[in-house]
Amino acid sequence: MTANDILQVGLFLAVLLLLVKPVGNYMALVFADAPNRVTRFGGRAERGIYRLCGIRPDEDMGWKRYALAMLLFNVLGLLAVYLLQRVQQWLPLNPQHFAAVSPDSAMNTAISFASNTNWQGYGGESTMSYLTQMLGLAVQNFLSAATGIAVLVAVVRGFARRGAKAIGNFWVDLTRSTLYVLVPLSLLMSLLLVSQGVVQNFKPYVDVPVAQATSYTETVKDAAGHPQKDAAGHEMTRDVPVVTQTLPMGPAASQIAIKHLGTNGGGFFNANSAHPYENPTPFSNFIEMLAIFLIPAGLCYTFGRMVGDRRQGWAILATMLLIFVPLTLGLVAAEQAGNPALHGLAVDAHASALQAGGNMEGKETRFGIASSGLFAAITTAASCGAVNAMHDSLTPLGGLVPMWLMQLGEVVFGGVGSGLYGMLAFAVVAVFIAGLMVGRTPEYLGKKIEAHEMKMASLAVLLPCALVVICTAVAVLLPAGVAGVANPGAHGFSEILYAVSSASNNNGSAFGGLSANTPFWNVLLGLCMFLARFPLAIAMLAMAGSLAAKRHVPESAGTLPTHTPLFVALLACVVIVVGALTFLPALALGPIVESLLSATGH
Amino acid sequence: MTSQTHAARGFDRELVLTALADSFRKLSPRLQFRNPVMFVVFVCSVLTTVLWVQALAGHGEAPTGFIFWVSLWLWFTLLFANFAEALAEGRGKAQAHALRSSRKDVLAKKLASADRNAAITFTPSSELRSGHHVLVEAGEPIPGDGEVVAGAASVDESAITGESAPVIRESGGDRSAVTGGTRVLSDWLVVRITSNPGESFLDRMIAMVEGSKRRKTPNEIALTILLAKFTLIFLLACATLLPYSIYSVQAAGGGNPITLTVLVALLVCLIPTTIGALLSAIGIAGMDRMIRANVIATSGRAVEAAGDVDVLLLDKTGTITLGNRQAVAFHPAPGVEESVLAEAAQLASLADETPEGRSVVVLAKEKFGLREQPLEALHAQFVPFTAQTRMSGVDSDARRIRKGALDAVEKYLDGQGSHLPPMVRRLAEDVARRGATPLVVAEGSSALGVIELKDIVKGGIKERFAEMRKMGIKTVMITGDNPLTAAAIAAEAGVDDFLAEATPEAKLKLIRDMQAENRLVAMCGDGTNDAPALAQADVAVAMNTGTQAAKEAGNMVDLDSNPTKLIEVVAIGKQMLITRGALTTFSIANDIAKYFAIIPAAFATTYPALNALNVMRLATPQSAILSAVIFNALIIVCLIPLALKGVKYRALGAGALLRRNLLVYGLGGMVVPFLGIKLIDMLLVLCGLA
Repeated sequence: MTANDILQVGLFLAVLLLLVKPVGNYMALVFADAPNRVTRFGGRAERGIYRLCGIRPDEDMGWKRYALAMLLFNVLGLLAVYLLQRVQQWLPLNPQHFAAVSPDSAMNTAISFASNTNWQGYGGESTMSYLTQMLGLAVQNFLSAATGIAVLVAVVRGFARRGAKAIGNFWVDLTRSTLYVLVPLSLLMSLLLVSQGVVQNFKPYVDVPVAQATSYTETVKDAAGHPQKDAAGHEMTRDVPVVTQTLPMGPAASQIAIKHLGTNGGGFFNANSAHPYENPTPFSNFIEMLAIFLIPAGLCYTFGRMVGDRRQGWAILATMLLIFVPLTLGLVAAEQAGNPALHGLAVDAHASALQAGGNMEGKETRFGIASSGLFAAITTAASCGAVNAMHDSLTPLGGLVPMWLMQLGEVVFGGVGSGLYGMLAFAVVAVFIAGLMVGRTPEYLGKKIEAHEMKMASLAVLLPCALVVICTAVAVLLPAGVAGVANPGAHGFSEILYAVSSASNNNGSAFGGLSANTPFWNVLLGLCMFLARFPLAIAMLAMAGSLAAKRHVPESAGTLPTHTPLFVALLACVVIVVGALTFLPALALGPIVESLLSATGH
Repeated sequence: MTSQTHAARGFDRELVLTALADSFRKLSPRLQFRNPVMFVVFVCSVLTTVLWVQALAGHGEAPTGFIFWVSLWLWFTLLFANFAEALAEGRGKAQAHALRSSRKDVLAKKLASADRNAAITFTPSSELRSGHHVLVEAGEPIPGDGEVVAGAASVDESAITGESAPVIRESGGDRSAVTGGTRVLSDWLVVRITSNPGESFLDRMIAMVEGSKRRKTPNEIALTILLAKFTLIFLLACATLLPYSIYSVQAAGGGNPITLTVLVALLVCLIPTTIGALLSAIGIAGMDRMIRANVIATSGRAVEAAGDVDVLLLDKTGTITLGNRQAVAFHPAPGVEESVLAEAAQLASLADETPEGRSVVVLAKEKFGLREQPLEALHAQFVPFTAQTRMSGVDSDARRIRKGALDAVEKYLDGQGSHLPPMVRRLAEDVARRGATPLVVAEGSSALGVIELKDIVKGGIKERFAEMRKMGIKTVMITGDNPLTAAAIAAEAGVDDFLAEATPEAKLKLIRDMQAENRLVAMCGDGTNDAPALAQADVAVAMNTGTQAAKEAGNMVDLDSNPTKLIEVVAIGKQMLITRGALTTFSIANDIAKYFAIIPAAFATTYPALNALNVMRLATPQSAILSAVIFNALIIVCLIPLALKGVKYRALGAGALLRRNLLVYGLGGMVVPFLGIKLIDMLLVLCGLA
C-alpha cells in the first residue's frame, strides 16, 4: 500500500465523520414527534401532500398496520415499474425507440428497484427509455430508500417508546424522509455532479467521429447469413473500420444523485460509475462515495438521539468502522500488491509518479487503485452496488472483501435505514449472549430481550444467510444456472456466489462475468431480492412492536453497558463470526482457493 | 472412557453409575427431540451408522474404518450429553428418594373439633383433607402440613431441613407452621391440616428436586431459539456444501465430491453441541445448588428471576443486625462517677435475663472489673419489667435502682418528688441521635446517667452490601425503628436506603412502587403479616420457621431460616445465567478451529492448495476430521463439572464481568480447540488410527 492510498482512505473517513453529527441531528429533528424548526419549515408542503393523498398524519400505527402499509405501498410501486417497462414503446421520451422489456427482466428490475437492491440484469443505455428511467427507476430510488429510513425510524421508536402500542405512521415517515432528507440532498448533489460534467438532457444519442480510427474483424456472410468459406474450408473474415461512436445521453445527473444517496446503485448507464458521463472526475468520485455513506452514518447519530443516549449511536458507528476500515485497507493492499502471476515476468507493477501500479485490470485510470478499491469497499459495505471498477477483475483476495462485506448481511453501514436496523438485530443477539455472561436477563437500551425479540432478531440475521447458501446451491446444480458463467474453475463459482450474495443482501452490485439476464437468473435473483428485503423488514417491525410495549428497565451497575469499546468489539465479533462461520466453506471454494492457486502460479 | 471417570471425580460413585445407565436410556428419539441441537446430532449418528453398514456391504463412500470411528464418536457425543443431564438429575433424585421415604402413610388421630379432648378417630394420613384437625403426641410423626391451633412441642424437622436440633412449634405467633413428615419429640400439638393429599410441601419439594416439573425458563427458551438458529445456519451451510463441492469437482476437473460422512462430521462439529448438550444440566444444577444451599424454589423461573433482582428488601433484625441490642457505653450524669453508674446498672441487671440485661452486666465487668454477685447475697429483690412501669430494677434494704426508657424513668422520678436533670435528658437524646437506644438509670430519687444500647451490625455485612452495589443491586433495610435510629444503623451497615416505622402496608407499598419503576424486588419474611408483601415481591424467600401463610406466599423456602440467604440466592441465580452465556460463547468460538481442521481436509482431493489452511498441520484429511469430532465430544465431558458447579461468580460490575468472561470463554474458546485437536491428531497418529 502506498502513502497515497492511506491518504485517500483517511481523507474520506475524516470528511464522513465530520458530517455525521450535522446530518444525524437534522434527521433526528425530521423524525421527532414534536414539531420543531425543521418540520415547521416544510409544514405547508407536508400538509399539502397529506391532504392530497388522504393521509391522517396523527394516526399512530401498531406494527402490523405499519408493516402492511409498507408492504402494500412497495408492491404497488413494484407493479407500476413493471408495467412502465412493458409499455415504454408507446410512451413519450423514448428517442431511441426502445422496445418493451422482456417480462422476466422487467419483473427482476421492478423487484430490484423496489427492494433498494438495484441489481441490473439489463444495460441502461440500450434498454430503458428516458421516461422509464425517470418515472420508474428514479422514483423507486427515492421511495425504496425512504421505505428503509421509515422502517428504521419505526424500529428505533420501538426502543425509545415505553409501554406504547404504536410505532408511528408509515405515510408520515415516508413523506418526511423523502421531502426533508432525500429530495434536498439529491438536488444539491445533482448540481455538484453537473458541475463536474455529468450529463442531464433529453437529447437523442449522439454519433461522433472517433479520435483514433480502429477496426475489428468480422466473418463474411452470404445473403442467407451463413459464414462463407474459402477454398481451404476456413471461414472468410474481413476488417471493418470504426469511424464513429455513439455517445449515450439522458437525464443522468438527477438519477445518479439519488442512486448514491439512497444506496440504490442502479446506474443510468450500463458501466455505472465507471462511465465518464456518470462519474467524470476524481472529485465527482469522492462525492459519490461520500453520498453512499452519508445517510447510513448519519442515521447512527439519529438513532442515538432518538433513544436518548448519543453514545449508543456512536458505538454502533464505531462497530461499523471497526469492520469497514480493516477490510477496506485489506482490499486496497491486495489490489496495490497486484497479480502474483505476473511477478516473475518483466512487468513493472510498482506505484510511481507515472502509474498507479498494482492490479489496474478493470479499473479506470482516472481513479487508480485507491479510489477504485475504496469505492468497491464502500459500495458493498453499504448496500449500494454502484461500481466504478469491474469487481470481476479484482485480485482474488481483493474480490473476497466486497463479497464478504455483502455476506455480512449489509449491516456495515448497509442500505439507508436497512443497514442500521440489520445491525440492531445483530446488537440484540450480541446483547443476549453478553447479557447472560453478566448474570442478568439481557436488556438493550432498557428493554428486556426475551424469546420473541430473539426469534425476530434471529430471523433477520438468518434470512439473508439462508438465501445466499440455498440459492447458490440451486444455481450450481442447475444447467441454467451454470450456463451464464464466463470463467472456469473457482472463479466461476465466485461469480455465482457473488451474484446471489449481492441479490440476497439487497446490494445489487455485479461481479461481472455472469450473464444474468436470462429467465432463470432473473427469477432466482428476483426472488432473493424480494425475500431479503420485505420479510426481514417485517420481522424487525414485529420486534419493534413488542419492544415498544415493554417498559423501560432502569439502568444500574449490573446493567451491561452497550456504549463501551468492549461492547463495540463484541458486536463486531458477532457480525464477523456469523458471517465467517456461514460463508467460510463457500468462500474457501471460491476466492480463497483461487488466491492460493494464483499464489502458486496457477 | 477414562476421561469420563476422571471428570466425574468428586461425584458419588453410585450417582455416576446410575447416570451412566440413564445416558443410554435417554437415547430415545422422543427425549432427544426436545433439544433441537442434540436431535440433529441424533439424526447424524443414525445416518453415519447406516453409511457404515452400507460400507460393510461393500458400497462405502469412504473407508469403512473411517465411517465407523466417526459414527462411534457421534454416538459418544450424544451419550456424553445424556450423561451430563443424568448426572445433574442424579443428586435431586437421591434427595427425592430420601424425602419420599419420610412420607410414609401413618394413622393420624383425627379430632372431631379443634380441641385436644375431642373424640378421636384413627384415619390414614392420605385421607386427611384441608380443615381437618389432628392430635399429634410425643414420638408421633406429623401427618400433614398444617397450623398449630393448640399446644406447644419440640419438633424434629431434620427430614426436611437436614438440621438435627429440634425446633419449637406452638400455637399463635409466627412459629405455628408444621410440615408433614416431621416428628414431634415432646409434648403434644393440635394441628389444623392445611393441604390436601398430593399438594403438601413435601410433595412439592419432591417434585422440585426430582425435576419432574421442570419447565424451560423464559431465558432458556430464548437461548434455545438462538441455538436453533445457529444450528439451522450450519445445517444450511453444510447441506449446500455438497452441491458446491460437486460443481467444484466439475470446474476443477479433478477429485471427488465431499462425502456424506465428512459433511455430517462437519455439521456436528459446527452446531453448538457443547452448550446444547449441557443446557439442561446447567438448569438442573442451578436448582440443585439452591437445594444444597437449603433453599427450595417452587420453580426454575424463580431461580432465574433471582439473578435479575434489582432491589433487596432486608429486615433489620436478624439480617443486618444481631437479634439483640447490646450495651456499649455508660454516660454518667454530671457529678456521678462512671463506675458508680456502672455498678448500679449492673446491680439492676443482675437478674435481668434478657440479652440486653446480660450485656449490661458484661460491659460493667469488662470496663470496671465488677464481678457478678448473687442477688440473694445482697438480700435484694428483682423488680421485673411490666407494661405499666416499663422499667426493671432491684430493691434491697438500702437501695432502690431502676432502669428504663427516658419517659418512664422521668415519670418514676416525678413520682419520687424529684425530677430528671436536663443534662441527663440531653445525654439520652444524644444517644438516640446516634441510632442507639438510651436506658436511664436512677437510684432513689436521682438519675445516675444513661446506658447506651446499640444494635450490633453483623460482621462482614457491610462488605456484602458493597458487593451488592457493585453488582447493581440496591439494598433497602426494613425496620420498625424510628427514622433517626434507622438512618444511623443504615449508615453503619452501608445499605442504600431504609424504610423506618415499617408496617406491613408500608412494605407492600414500597414493593409496588419499586415494581412500578420496573425494578425486580426480592425479600424474605416469616410472619403472616409478611405474606402480602411476599406474594407481591418477584423473588420471595419464606423462612421455614415461618407461618404457613408466609410459606405459601413466597416462591422459595429457606430451610435454614437464615435471612442473609437472600444474597446467596441472588448469586446462584446469576451464576446460572453466566454459565449458560459462557458455554454458549465457548461453543461458538470453538467453531473457528474446527473449520481450519475440516475445510482443507474435506476438499483435499479437489483443491490440494487449500491445505495451506491446515494451520495445525494435521496428519491426514481423515485424522483431521476424526480429531475434530473427537474433540467435540470430549469437550462436553470436560465441561460437565463446570456446568454442574457453575462458572465462579464474582461480585463485579457488568463491564468488568463481561470483559473477564469474554476473555476466558471467548478467547479461550478460540484457542483451546486448536491445541486440543492437534493433540488428538498426534495421539491418533501414535495409535496408528490415522
